[in-house]
Amino acid sequence: MAPERTVTAPAPDRAPEGAPDPSGRRPAARIRSLLSARETPVVGALVVTLLGAGLFVDMFATGRNIDFLVLSVAAIALMALPMTLIVITSEIDLSVASTLALSSATLGVLWESGVPIETALWICLAVGAALGAFNGFLVTVCGLPSLAVTIGTMALYRGLAYVLLGDRAVASYPRDWVGGVRAPFLGVEGLPWIAVAILLLSAAFGVLLHATAFGRSLFDIGNNDEAARFTGVSVRWTKFWLFTLSGVVASGAGVFWTLQYGTSRADTAFGLELQVVAAVLLGGVSIFGGVGSILGVMSGVVLLGAIRNALQLFGISSEVLQIVTGLILIASVVTPNLVARTRARRAPAPAPGPVPASAPSPASAPTKGEAP
Amino acid sequence: MDPEEVPPPLALVDVTKSFGSVRALRGLSLELRSGEIHAMVGENGAGKSTLVKTIAGVHRPDGGRVLVDGRPTEFAAPVDAQRAGVAVIYQEPTLFPDLSVAENIFVGRQPRTRLRTIDRGRMRRDTEEVFTRLGVHMDPDRPARGLSIADQQLVEIAKALTRKARVLVMDEPTAALSGVEAERLFTVARTLRDSGAALLFISHRFDEVFSLCDRITVVRDGAFVSCDPTADLDVDTVVRRMVGRDVSSLYPKEDAERGETVLEVDGLTRHGVFADVSFEVRAGEIVALAGLVGAGRSEVIRAVFGVDRYDAGTVRVQGRPLPPGRPKAAMDAGVALVPEDRRQQGLVMESSIERNATATRRGPLSRLGLLRRSAERESAREWGERLSLKSGGLAEPVSTLSGGNQQKVVLAKWLSTEPRVLFVDEPTRGIDVGTKAEVHRLLSTLAGQGLAIVMVSSELPEVLGMADRVLVMHEGRVTAELDRDEADEESVMYAATGQRPSEAA
Repeated sequence: MAPERTVTAPAPDRAPEGAPDPSGRRPAARIRSLLSARETPVVGALVVTLLGAGLFVDMFATGRNIDFLVLSVAAIALMALPMTLIVITSEIDLSVASTLALSSATLGVLWESGVPIETALWICLAVGAALGAFNGFLVTVCGLPSLAVTIGTMALYRGLAYVLLGDRAVASYPRDWVGGVRAPFLGVEGLPWIAVAILLLSAAFGVLLHATAFGRSLFDIGNNDEAARFTGVSVRWTKFWLFTLSGVVASGAGVFWTLQYGTSRADTAFGLELQVVAAVLLGGVSIFGGVGSILGVMSGVVLLGAIRNALQLFGISSEVLQIVTGLILIASVVTPNLVARTRARRAPAPAPGPVPASAPSPASAPTKGEAP
Repeated sequence: MDPEEVPPPLALVDVTKSFGSVRALRGLSLELRSGEIHAMVGENGAGKSTLVKTIAGVHRPDGGRVLVDGRPTEFAAPVDAQRAGVAVIYQEPTLFPDLSVAENIFVGRQPRTRLRTIDRGRMRRDTEEVFTRLGVHMDPDRPARGLSIADQQLVEIAKALTRKARVLVMDEPTAALSGVEAERLFTVARTLRDSGAALLFISHRFDEVFSLCDRITVVRDGAFVSCDPTADLDVDTVVRRMVGRDVSSLYPKEDAERGETVLEVDGLTRHGVFADVSFEVRAGEIVALAGLVGAGRSEVIRAVFGVDRYDAGTVRVQGRPLPPGRPKAAMDAGVALVPEDRRQQGLVMESSIERNATATRRGPLSRLGLLRRSAERESAREWGERLSLKSGGLAEPVSTLSGGNQQKVVLAKWLSTEPRVLFVDEPTRGIDVGTKAEVHRLLSTLAGQGLAIVMVSSELPEVLGMADRVLVMHEGRVTAELDRDEADEESVMYAATGQRPSEAA
């Protein structure tokens, strides 16, 4: 028993090194980790953009414009929330815009055939859940890559929307509903109620992702789904529910979109899924999974919207807007890479992990003399 | 002696290398002679890998000299080392899976015909010739995909020979090999030695080192400790020099009181993998699953835990049946599995130490569904202390730890669930002697506290030293169940190879 003690004895002296140092190292480390977080650049860019646009762009900081800005990004913001979770598990859902359109078309057909909107709305959400579940089924049960699956269902759901509506538009929605979705919250101009709803939803998704066991398991799945499985996480069910959730949210966004513009068309929101994915990546979520935050993604959504809005106020054409958006995206992907590379070049190559970690154990101090 | 007259093909003199403030090598010397297999042993982190990379030309030494045939040489890049006739065989070779064996061997330097096209005929003939020289049979035209790790290593060795390598460095080549495969590798190594090559063999397994190697160099903390002919050494001496202290006993098995039966596995079958596996484990008992690599041992425990499916059979924990294919249900029933591949299955390498260590207990560490970071940190700290984890901070990525400490994090992750049945799959693979002994002591203590432990191990000394009972598997079936006093190297190896001792026949 005695010799065992000599080996384990150093434990109490050694372990505190691993524990956070209470003597003030922690706040500094916290600030450093805050500055090096992936979402910091996009949050910073958002603040700069909002301040700059507010100061230098006429009409930007008016209630009406903010109102317009919020409504223009609302659908993207909604769909970006579940998309964030999906991309963190290293999957993707490209069918969201088509789901939105099919939901919108469903609403149109139901409304035309006399179903009250209160009822039609729930049917649309159920349809969205089914569409998302179908994606989830193909990805988890059939084991197909989500990129391929959702490119397929992107075309499929869009096609179904055309089957329902053809090239018609349904625009006979009741006025109080159409105006109602754009109504301000408590009468405050520049604050549509959907903004409040999105804020609350973001908070809910943020808590879910960053402060629950479920959220942690999403990061684990994205980084190493095999290890997650060995830890008791049901990778399949998790992904299945995420795709279903994405379908529900996309169809909710479809209902909102329909009433916001007062019209249902099969070609509505065409290509919007790429804007959603763009905002998610701009927000610092890794396309390879395992990294990301809700704060970053929401900043990304608003940043893209604000830049487009400010440039529009300058009277810049939509072609140029496209180009600018593309450049921002490329920059957002390139910058972190450049930063990481310069950092790696400046700092001396880190020692291979094991060397410092299992460096001299205290008991082995008198060493050299022993060599024959 | 003759070899003393000619300068050695490769020698390192007083080589130093630092990474930032960490001195990985502090004056290491090593002399590799022709016609000799030289072993280098040392704990993880002693500088072996850095030394190998220096020899391979990946790292440039800060100080000291590298002598090739007695002449000072500088390896600025791996190409220089290759030109000097040095080849390194890594533990897990990286071949191009879709190229054939011959193409892999000649990749980047394919023989050309007169028309500058690749001369496939010659490539195949040369490959065949080299394999004949090594005494192995492999089809040069088969794709590298699907080759076992042992075969991949042989391809790497063949590649080295076609490059006219005179110095062959093998970095833990046997860590992932079965006994038979390792034996074949040793035969090849001896053939090479007899043809005049200088070999450096790095391994944690002493039986291999002692049976294969002519001289043994011990390194510790990046410094040279000793170099002696194998005949003048024994295991205890080497271990003492490696760790710089006495290791009381490598296998500190305590006698534990056997309790009730905790785990019953009955007729477990997965077609083509294992068949009709039945066993029971009682509280306080360590049962070892022995056998050759590929005998289906890991597959059995993974099926019991629910990560893999099975086709027939039942599993009961404390009398209650365990639903198949549901790891969460197994965890709730008090089953824990420390998997074979800790980097791929045991840990999320990108994630922090504390998140890995608490990944199994996020439910209990939450309040109202919200995870408390302080609780996570506290739990990780407590377990880190209990297992004397050496780390630079619990918020650091787990990838910064050495192999042994990573294994401690996996153990913390599972022991914190307070299991009743613990499966450990190769618990000490690739970790150093000191930590190994710690893990063995830990398992022994846990069994003493009434835990039922099932250990899969390919290291016979570990099996014989730790287990109360040994189940031996061969090609998916349990071929023997041996009590501690019946189990010895011979009886286990007989059962593992599917043979019976002649007197029993």
